[in-house]
Amino acid sequence: MKEQERRKMENGQSDNAMVEIIEMHKWFGEFHVLQGIDLNVQKGERIVICGPSGSGKSTLIRCINRLEEHQKGRIIVDGTELTNNIKNIEKIRAEVGMVFQHFNLFPHLTIIDNLTLGPLWVRKVPKAEAEETAMFYLEKVHIAEQARKYPGQLSGGQQQRVAIARSLCMKPKLMLFDEPTSALDPEMIKEVLDVMIELAREGMTMLVVTHEMGFAKSVAHRVLFMDFGQIVEANTPVEFFDNPQHDRTKLFLSQILH
Amino acid sequence: MKPPVTHVGVIGWVKGNLFNGTLNSILSIATLYLLWKVVPPLIRWAFIDSVWHTTGKACKPAAGACWSVITENVRFIIFGFYPYDSQWRPLVAMLVLFGLLFYSQNRKHWKKHLVYVWIAGLFTMGLLMKGGLFGLSPVESTKWSGLPLTLLLSVFGLTAAYPLGVILALGRRSKMPGVKWLSVTYIEMIRGVPLISLLFMSAIIFPLFLPEGVTINKILRAQIAIILFTAAYIAEVVRGGLQAISLGQYEAAESMGLNFYQTMRLIILPQALKIVIPPTVSILISAFKDTSLVVIIALWDLLKTTQSVLANPEWMGFSPEAYLFVALLYFAGCFSMSGYSRKLERELSAGEQQ
Repeated sequence: MKEQERRKMENGQSDNAMVEIIEMHKWFGEFHVLQGIDLNVQKGERIVICGPSGSGKSTLIRCINRLEEHQKGRIIVDGTELTNNIKNIEKIRAEVGMVFQHFNLFPHLTIIDNLTLGPLWVRKVPKAEAEETAMFYLEKVHIAEQARKYPGQLSGGQQQRVAIARSLCMKPKLMLFDEPTSALDPEMIKEVLDVMIELAREGMTMLVVTHEMGFAKSVAHRVLFMDFGQIVEANTPVEFFDNPQHDRTKLFLSQILH
Repeated sequence: MKPPVTHVGVIGWVKGNLFNGTLNSILSIATLYLLWKVVPPLIRWAFIDSVWHTTGKACKPAAGACWSVITENVRFIIFGFYPYDSQWRPLVAMLVLFGLLFYSQNRKHWKKHLVYVWIAGLFTMGLLMKGGLFGLSPVESTKWSGLPLTLLLSVFGLTAAYPLGVILALGRRSKMPGVKWLSVTYIEMIRGVPLISLLFMSAIIFPLFLPEGVTINKILRAQIAIILFTAAYIAEVVRGGLQAISLGQYEAAESMGLNFYQTMRLIILPQALKIVIPPTVSILISAFKDTSLVVIIALWDLLKTTQSVLANPEWMGFSPEAYLFVALLYFAGCFSMSGYSRKLERELSAGEQQ
């Protein structure tokens, strides 16, 4: 990234910003889960967020599409600030795809119906077009032959790929991944990561909470380390892994990289 | 190796299932003895010695069942006080209703046109029952009685109570305190009183609050009481189903930008309502049978018309036959409901199992 762009981004003034988070706090009751988060995500930027459990990394990305409400500070997604305005929230959610740890496919609908639901009801796309798009993305995640099955008939890895395709069908400007491989059996992790890497190559803006450090090294522009509700360290993958600055980062890396 | 011979054929089955051990053998013999004591006399009473088409007087000396009490009075039992010459009208109305129900049971027909089919059907039934148009003589609703009344109260009671119950269940889970408080109060108050007291209220107390000159049809009042009562029970069952849906389903729906109504209609309710089909059907079945309680506010439903036949000195003493007949009608209604619910469950879960 160019130095100029980078400076702009840090000042939070870039027109190229996909997400701007300014001095954001969140509490769960008494528990201060996010303590003054400042983060800018550029269009096309890919960020991996890691950190120990309970550090607030999932909560952070869930604030971006308002699955969690922040209590202080500002979050601006694609030029729209998140407030209590439900219309704005729905508008932002339509632009932001989310992939969950437990897939959360709709078990009562076939795979193709899972994929066309959003485009049909939120984007009001004609049915034929929605199905065409759905098949396109199913091909992309290498699972087109399962279109007429139900989620319960698929393996975990297949379900997660369907979940990614479901988000892509909405043509999102930003994709959030909340530990997408944590609930998968080891042999299925690769098939999901491969799809995510492919997506990254096409220039999708991505925020990924994961402990897959190989993935972080190969696709991330920046790696954030969070602990106790704060972003402790943010750096390029090379710097982050080879030359961590904070003790907590070093400790964390030593624990997960063995 | 040869298969064990004793497990093959009728004798093998009897040996394996009825006489495998001392206790089972004793139980089997006792049961067979009981059946031998009960079934042949019953068949004798119901079919061989029974009398089918005579007067009550001729029935008295007969050893078997006097089915004449049904055959001679069937039109009164079914149609009650509905004018004798016009009784084809409720008959056709009931056939229309059965046709509608039969048509609606196929899930392929659950489309928009079904609403129009029902509207047309309801209009036809109303016209047939009420008359006053197209040369049909008008019939006061006070004369509606017997099976058409029972069906009217139950079919409309159940179909109106169901959506109301779903709305109440959603209300009870609402984040808006006003809505939540209203729903909770409603559900707890209605569940706290017996249906009979609601019927009494609708028949006696409610009219006192109406301005002078305004009257609301008694059947309609009973109908509303049944709807309100059943809805409260359905609400609690549906709430149970809603609680079984994981938070992830809401989040997945919301994160694609679906609004509240879309999330409920497309994602949450289809799953929640399917889970609670068995308890819902229990409630619907018991509500169907509870419609017979309207006798206490002097509505002549199927049970009441039957009782009044038995009050006639000519037919006094033939209550087993008459009640068996009524029981058979109720059973047909309840059994088809539970059979349909099983079919629906099977269809809806096809392919979905984990």
